[in-house]
Amino acid sequence: MIKIKWFRGQWLHITFAKTLLYLVMFALVAFTALPLVYVVVTAFKPLDELFVYPPRFYVKHPTTQNFTDLVVSLGSSTVPFTRYIFNSIIVTVITVFLTVIVCSLAAYALVKFKPKGGKLLFDLILIALMFSPHVTKIPSYLIINGLGMVNTYWALIMPSVAVAYNCFLMRQFIQQYPDELIEASRIDGAGEFRIFIQMVMPALAPAWSTLVVFSFVSNWNDYFSPLIYITSQAMKTLPLALKTIGSGIARAGAMNVAALLTAAPTIILFTAMQGHVMETMTYSGIKG
Amino acid sequence: MSKSKVVIAENSIYKNYTKMDRFIRFWRKNWMGYVFMAPFVVLFSIFVVAPVFTAVGLSFTDFNMMQKPDFVGFNNYKLLFLDDDVFKISIANTVKFAVITGPAGYLLSFFAAWVINQLKAKRAFALAFYAPSILSGVAMSNVWLVIFSGDKSGIINYWLIQWGLIDEPILWNTDPNHIMSVVMFIQLWMSMGTGFLVFLAGLQNMDRSLYEAGAIDGVKNKFQELFFITLPAMKPQLLFGAINTITSSFTVFEISAAVAGMPSPNYSAHTIVAHLYDYAFIRFQMGYASAIAVVLFLITFILGKVVMKALSSKEE
Repeated sequence: MIKIKWFRGQWLHITFAKTLLYLVMFALVAFTALPLVYVVVTAFKPLDELFVYPPRFYVKHPTTQNFTDLVVSLGSSTVPFTRYIFNSIIVTVITVFLTVIVCSLAAYALVKFKPKGGKLLFDLILIALMFSPHVTKIPSYLIINGLGMVNTYWALIMPSVAVAYNCFLMRQFIQQYPDELIEASRIDGAGEFRIFIQMVMPALAPAWSTLVVFSFVSNWNDYFSPLIYITSQAMKTLPLALKTIGSGIARAGAMNVAALLTAAPTIILFTAMQGHVMETMTYSGIKG
Repeated sequence: MSKSKVVIAENSIYKNYTKMDRFIRFWRKNWMGYVFMAPFVVLFSIFVVAPVFTAVGLSFTDFNMMQKPDFVGFNNYKLLFLDDDVFKISIANTVKFAVITGPAGYLLSFFAAWVINQLKAKRAFALAFYAPSILSGVAMSNVWLVIFSGDKSGIINYWLIQWGLIDEPILWNTDPNHIMSVVMFIQLWMSMGTGFLVFLAGLQNMDRSLYEAGAIDGVKNKFQELFFITLPAMKPQLLFGAINTITSSFTVFEISAAVAGMPSPNYSAHTIVAHLYDYAFIRFQMGYASAIAVVLFLITFILGKVVMKALSSKEE
């Protein structure tokens, strides 16, 4: 064991096992993180560096040419790239907003009002956790089609609001909220909705910000829903648009920037909320 | 006692009153709950509960969206299991994905959570490890196509040739012999984080006194601690992670479509979801596609139930 003097008078103990552990973790983390780093680096590569042989990981002369290319070259086509960004943002933001409200309300009712039939609903939610959403896609498509919502934002929003996973998570969080506080405000004469909006939701901010992160990630990245509900180019969201813009050498740089713009928001949001997420995920276990 | 019961039963007005009374009391007790639940229940019924039953119903019909559904009994299932060779490929591929990437991802993410929990700079490690699971698969497939490019300038091919391991570049994403391994590799990369956050959160909040009690009872090292104290205490988190892993590992589609194409050469990376998509939204054979959906439902649901039984901690 080696001892090194660390700052603030602390000693850093370095053992062989610890060092090995760090090395293994660095290798694992490099494996998970390098492709993302590569996307970031490649977005700044000038055209001649993109196709250089032998392939090079880092960038020698970083440029923002690709960013302007993406806006200019794809700006002149029928659907400008900014339109896909707009579509993605509007669909994701509305879905996240609605799902947080709707799922929190239901979870709160399940835990604190315990209405008759609530047990059945919770059992259905647990069952729904166990199969993939792909199972329901055909009838959902028939419904969306019947309502005339194909090629609208609603086709992407409506089916993604009442998500079993989200309601389940909110239920676990709300269980931690003490009944006494609700009772106290009832005695003070506050209505149920006021208690929910002014007391419970602010107190559960870490919980639903976790939900915001998860539902943002799943909706922002959703590829299957737009694939079946959206056929018009102008209504496509980023993941689907990425597939259809097409690649080709001339656009390789611009495509990398598009990939970066698609990948970045989820990472930024998660990093910003990481503390909240870790704090609240503790309650996510299922007793079975 | 028995007399008063008779009196109530005979007096119809009084009987009605108690019924009304009971109804009012029931409503008073429950209506707030129902109002709060209503939006969720409506949307959940329309887009989750009803579709499952509809899918089962449609799976017994011939339905092309132009004409009314035509009842055909078990015909779709017969075709599916006896005649559809591509379906057999898709089942085999999906099971291969699930059996390899599912457990591997699950174990790796638990291992990583366990190790990261003991390191410094937890947050940075956690972010780096979790990042792939929140990235858009389609966006990242761009990078993977460069890494696994089939010509000499593909990163992997370049290094393999440099090190003298191969002479000719390997056609990673077009040769049917290699596509599956490549898609599996990427799938593993993406799905390692599925249970990770839950595990890490569970580990961070373990009751310290359990370890102290364990030390007194003769737990000697970290591994004994892990098997005798940590794992049993984390059953709920392990179960949640397992269920998420099952549903995600049986629904591989996005990555295989993005990397290998749709359909992939010789259907070598064809999955159940790809098959479902093909019949439902390209050929519009909704009845047949529903049968595929039902098979997918049964597989994931039964496995979920089994895992639930195995990791249940209700009796404790």
